[in-house]
Amino acid sequence: MNLYTRRRLINYISLGISLFAMCFGLFWLFWILHTLFSNGLPGINMALFTQTTPAPGSAGGLANAILGSLQMSLVGVLIGTPIGIMAGTYLAEFGDRGWLAPATRFINDILLAAPSIVIGLFVFQIYVAQVEHFSGWAGGIALSLLVIPVVLRTTENMLRLVPSAMREAAYALGAPQWKMVLFVTLRAAKAGVATGILLAVARILGETAPLLFTALNNQFFSNMNQPMANLPVVIFQFAMSPYEDWHTLAWAGALLIGLFVLGLNVIARVMLREPKQH
Amino acid sequence: MSKPNNAKLAVKNLNFYYGNFHALKNINLDILEGKVTAFIGPSGCGKSTLLRTFNRMYDLYPKLRAEGEIILNGDNILRSGIDLNMLRAKVGMVFQKPTPFPMSIYDNVAFGVKLYESLSKAEMDDRVEWALSKAALWNEVKDKLKQSGLGLSGGQQQRLCIARAVAVKPEVLLLDEPTSALDPISTASVEELVHELKKDYTIAIVTHNMQQAARVSDYTAYMYLGEMVEMGPTDTIFTAPSKKATEDYITGKFG
Repeated sequence: MNLYTRRRLINYISLGISLFAMCFGLFWLFWILHTLFSNGLPGINMALFTQTTPAPGSAGGLANAILGSLQMSLVGVLIGTPIGIMAGTYLAEFGDRGWLAPATRFINDILLAAPSIVIGLFVFQIYVAQVEHFSGWAGGIALSLLVIPVVLRTTENMLRLVPSAMREAAYALGAPQWKMVLFVTLRAAKAGVATGILLAVARILGETAPLLFTALNNQFFSNMNQPMANLPVVIFQFAMSPYEDWHTLAWAGALLIGLFVLGLNVIARVMLREPKQH
Repeated sequence: MSKPNNAKLAVKNLNFYYGNFHALKNINLDILEGKVTAFIGPSGCGKSTLLRTFNRMYDLYPKLRAEGEIILNGDNILRSGIDLNMLRAKVGMVFQKPTPFPMSIYDNVAFGVKLYESLSKAEMDDRVEWALSKAALWNEVKDKLKQSGLGLSGGQQQRLCIARAVAVKPEVLLLDEPTSALDPISTASVEELVHELKKDYTIAIVTHNMQQAARVSDYTAYMYLGEMVEMGPTDTIFTAPSKKATEDYITGKFG
């Protein structure tokens, strides 16, 4: 066998193995999606978005859970994003020479990998247990702790992708460092940072564990100071129940989250694809 | 070779170190006001390093250090405590690769100006037009000033960077291989620009291209392994170099 045929053979074999691995992964993904759609679609109707979660046997929807999820995610993003962006900027642009940045990066990596139920327990202990009631605020805070590491990591990575020539060019004009960071590198990394925020939202939308101990659940609409309904916990509770109509609602809720996360990921992809635009 | 009274930058006993590596060895030279000085030499000879001491760009990185003196307007710019931002506003720089900022063409040019001057809208418009005209770019971009600077061609981007550097009205302009990433036509327009700009600025240019040094410069310095081998009027360096090493490099026997 000459060298060329051997290389071609090896090429085909590795290509075949890779293709198989891809099909294997896609198979499960499509199975999951198929189950989600076939079970979820029958539950999608107007009532889902207009009525609150029902008692077993009566009609209802998920309006309070959808609203609750959006409210708490918003709080989580509003708290977590500025902290994540600023800390990530510090790591990428200012923390070159000290011990603080490596330490922060290490702790952030731990936070990124921390089981979200630990975050839920933590917020339960420092907030819920102190004020002695579950609340939407507690849920939002727990979610923000999940947003911070994701946004921080993406911000740092995206800033590091900005060529150092760009920084030198700004310095060469006599720009102080903070102006260079604010007007040049952060702008250059804008699409990437925004992607990080979207991915963080996608992550917290489906989180159940941190909300179990903080927001709990609510059968009705509520304000942020009361226990608050949210999609993941409602899905968990309804899916565990013996009632057929609750199961339908749980599947519909799961489909909603699935579609939302899919949409966010698609948007994030599209944004990253055109980093040259602003 | 030079009258000391019109030296814009006077380099005295300059040594430069990357950690333990001795990159520039006892450099002495004057960069004359209103002239173009070219630095040539093989890769790694220290010509870019030398250029980057003139605006202390090396300060951005740890473990780099310079010893000696570089006198600009009577002040040693290597001394500690000097305002680096002010220094860099006076000594502009254009890099090897075009580095337009992620903002509009107009904002790219206005960025540096805004740092040190507060101009009215009309004054800023004038300054931007002036700088872009200086960089021979105005006619090509005057109808799309609000568009992204990243949408321009490589040659246009580089001229945008030159306009950006010129807009702050520096006293010295450092060009670090400004045409090495450009096609011949863009290169020609940048070289023409250098001729134009030396009326107002003192220019130091690093180039790998010896013909370019011969075309654009008044003085040429040949460097090798961190040492200044020979410096003199460009005509002399290219026609009658006094050192054998310079002649070998220029005639292509070496390098």
